[in-house]
Amino acid sequence: MVAVAQQTAARPAMSLPAMVKDAAIFAAVAFTLALPLLGFRIQDKGSTSFIETRFGDLFYAVLVLFIAKLLMSLINAGLARPIALVTGVLSLGWIVVALVNPVAPQYQVHTWFTWLVVASVAIRAWVVWRAEATAARGVVAGVIGGQDSHGTQIGHLVARLGRQLGPVFFLIALVMPFYAYFADDKRLVDLGVLIFTYIMLGWGLNVVVGLAGLLDLGYVAFYAVGAYTYAVFSVKLGLNFWETLPVAGLMAASFGVLLGFPVLRLRGDYLAIVTLGFGEIIRIILLNWAELAGGAQGIGGIPRPSFFGLQFAPSAPEGQTTFAQFFNLDYSPFHRQMWLYYIILLLALITNWFTLRVRKLPIGRAWEALREDETACRALGINPTNTKLTAFAIGAMFGGFAGSFFATRQGFISPESFNFLESAIILAIVVLGGMGSQIGVVIATIVLIGGPEWFRDLELYRMLAFGGLMVLIMIWRPQGLLAHREPTITMNGGRAGARAK
Amino acid sequence: MAYFLQQLINGLTLGSIFGLIAIGYTMVYGIIGMVNFAHGDIFMIGGFVTLIAFMVLGLSGITWVPLALLLMLVIAMAFTALHGWAVERLAYRPLRSSGRLAPLISAIGMSIFLQNYVQIMQGARNKAVGQPLISGGITVMESDGFTVQLGYMQIVIVVLTVVLMVGFTLLITGTALGRNQRACEQDMRMARLLGVDVDRTISLTFVMGAALAAVAGMVWLLYYGIIDFYVGFLAGIKAFSAAVLGGIGSLPGAMLGGLLIGLIEVFWSAYFSAEYKDVAAFAVLVLALVFRPTGLLGKPEIEKV
Repeated sequence: MVAVAQQTAARPAMSLPAMVKDAAIFAAVAFTLALPLLGFRIQDKGSTSFIETRFGDLFYAVLVLFIAKLLMSLINAGLARPIALVTGVLSLGWIVVALVNPVAPQYQVHTWFTWLVVASVAIRAWVVWRAEATAARGVVAGVIGGQDSHGTQIGHLVARLGRQLGPVFFLIALVMPFYAYFADDKRLVDLGVLIFTYIMLGWGLNVVVGLAGLLDLGYVAFYAVGAYTYAVFSVKLGLNFWETLPVAGLMAASFGVLLGFPVLRLRGDYLAIVTLGFGEIIRIILLNWAELAGGAQGIGGIPRPSFFGLQFAPSAPEGQTTFAQFFNLDYSPFHRQMWLYYIILLLALITNWFTLRVRKLPIGRAWEALREDETACRALGINPTNTKLTAFAIGAMFGGFAGSFFATRQGFISPESFNFLESAIILAIVVLGGMGSQIGVVIATIVLIGGPEWFRDLELYRMLAFGGLMVLIMIWRPQGLLAHREPTITMNGGRAGARAK
Repeated sequence: MAYFLQQLINGLTLGSIFGLIAIGYTMVYGIIGMVNFAHGDIFMIGGFVTLIAFMVLGLSGITWVPLALLLMLVIAMAFTALHGWAVERLAYRPLRSSGRLAPLISAIGMSIFLQNYVQIMQGARNKAVGQPLISGGITVMESDGFTVQLGYMQIVIVVLTVVLMVGFTLLITGTALGRNQRACEQDMRMARLLGVDVDRTISLTFVMGAALAAVAGMVWLLYYGIIDFYVGFLAGIKAFSAAVLGGIGSLPGAMLGGLLIGLIEVFWSAYFSAEYKDVAAFAVLVLALVFRPTGLLGKPEIEKV
C-alpha cells in the first residue's frame, strides 16, 4: 500500500491529451497483439479449412482496454475516489444481476471480459484511494517493503488463527459429508475429495520443495507409481486397498531415491528440468508398456475400497453383505463417496501430522538448513546426500499413497492422468501457499482447485483462468500467500536486496 | 548406408528447428538466469501466426512462393516477437528481483495461459496446411531399392537456419545492442551504472528469442504441415535440453545442442524404437547434467561463498 502511495507521488501528473495518447498507444499494442489470434480464426469444414474474421470482438476488446487505461491514468491524477465508487458499484452490481438473471451464453464471454476489466480498475482505484487517504492522515510507514511487512503480519495472523481455528476447520471437514448427504449434494463431496487429494499431494510435495528446497517438477511420477502399483496389485493379485497401500508407498519411495541419486549435484532450475524429464519418462514408459500397465488404454476395473470388508454395491454376491444391508440402510452411491472422503481426509491428516513432527526432528532441521544454504550445511557436518534422498523418498511416499487413493477412487487409470500439468498444479499449490507453510497449502488448494472448479460451466476458460491466476498471485505475492517461514535475511539475496534499496 | 544418410538429413533438419528455439532459452537464461517456460508456447504461437498469414496471403492472391515465404516470415516474426515482449513485460519484469522460484512459477502459469488462449481462440483440433508450399527434392543416392531424398523444404530449413545464425552472431558480437546484452549478462548492476538501459536490453532479448522461435514455428509448420496448441510443450522441453546440452548461455552451444538432440531423436527412432524417442531426449538431458552440468561449450559456474 505504501509502495503505491510513493509511486503515485513520484509520478508527475499527466495532462488529459497525454493520458489519451498514452491510452491510445496501449490500445494499439493490445490491438496488434490480439490481431492474429483473436482477429482471425482457422475453421475447418471436412478436409478444407478456411479463415474467418472476428474483427467485431477484436475492436470491442481493444475499446474496453482503451477506456480502462484512460481510467487508470485518471486514478493516478487524483480521481481515485469517484472512479473507485463507480466501478466498484458497477462490478458488484453486475454480480448481483448475473446471479438473479444469468446472461445469454453468446454474450457471456464479452460480459465476463468486461467485468474483469472493470473489476481490475475498481481494485486499482480502491488501492490508490486508500493509500492517498493514509498519506493524507500523515502516516509515515517503513521505507522498504511496506507491503512485505504487511504480508508477514497476515502470515503471522493466519498462523495464529490456524492454530486456534485448526480444530474448527477439522470439525467442519469432518461433518461436511453429512451435511452434503442430507442436502443431497453429491457434487460437494466430490469436490471435497478432490480438494483433499490435492491438499495431500501439496503437503507431500511440501516436504521436498518447502522443507528441503528441492524444486521438483515431476512429482506426478510418484503419484503415477502409487496409482499403478495399487492397480496392478489389486487387479492381478487381488490384494485390497489397505494391504497395497504400504507397498505403493514403498514403491514410490524407491522411485524417489532412484530419481534422487542422479540429481544430487544439481540445484535450482536444472533440478526442476531434470525432474520434469523424469516425470515425462515415467509417463512415456507407462504409455508404451502394454503387458503390465495396459499402455494408452490404462487399467480398468480397479476394485473400489470396502468398508472393513463390506462392499458398497447395490447387491452383494452370496455369502457377503453390503454396507447398506449391514447397517440396514437403503443403498445409495453416496455411502461410497463419503467413505472415500474419510479415507483421503485421514491420509491427508497423517501426512500433515508426520510433516509437523518430522520438522522438529534432526532430519527436519537438516532439510530446512539445506534449503537455506547447502555449503554451510556441509561445513556443519550435515550429510547432504542422505538428507536429500530422505526428502525425495518421504515426499515420494506420500505421493504414492495419494496415487493409490486416486486409483481406487477412479476405478480406472491411464497415463493421461499423470501429465506435466498435474505436476505444475501441485507445485503451484506449494509455491503459491508460501513454501513450507502447511496452512498455506490448504488455502492455495481451495483457491486454485476449488475456485476454477466452481466455474465448471466455463470449462474452456478454467485452465486459462488457472494459468492467469498463477501469474497474478506470483506478481502480487512473490513469496507465496503465507510466507512467514521464509528467512528474513539471506546471504545470496544481496543482489536483489541491494536493488530494492 | 543409404538409410543412415537419410536419417542424417532428417536429423539435421529437426536439429536446426530445435537449435532455433534453444537460442531463446539460452539467451534469456544467460541474461536473467531464469528458464523461460513459456518459450515453447511462443514457438507454437509462431506456427499459428504463420498459418494464419499463409491463409490470408492465399486469399489476397499472393501465390508466388518466394514472396509468400518472405511475407510469412516477416509477419510471423513481428507478431510473435510482440508476444514475447508482452510476456516479459507482464509476467517476468515485476518479478525480476524476487528470487528464482517466483519467475519460474509465473512462467509455468504463462505457459498454461498461452496454450489455453490459443486453444480457445483457434480450437483444440489439429490445424493443417492444405497443400505443401514447397514440395519435391533431390535424389541424393539410390541403393538396395532405398532412395535418399533431400527435400527442397529441408534445404530451405537448413539454409535459413545458417543465415539466421550468422546474422545473429554478427548482431551479438558487432552491434551496440549485442554489447549491452553481453554487459548485462556479466554484471547487470555494473552495466546499469555505466548507462546501459537494462530493461530495454532484457526486453530486446525476449523479442529476439521470440523472433527466432517464430522462424522455428514457421519451419515446423511447413515441414510437418500440421500444428496444434500443445506442440510447444514437448518441442520446448527438447529445445531446453539442447540449450543445456550445449552449455546454457552459449549461442553456438545452443545450435550444437539442437543439432545433437535432433540427431539423437531421429537416430533413436530409426534404429531403436519410435515410441521411446522422447525418452531419448530426456535421457540425454539427464546424462548431460549429471556428467557435465556446464554443457559442451558452457563456462563453468563458480560459486562464491
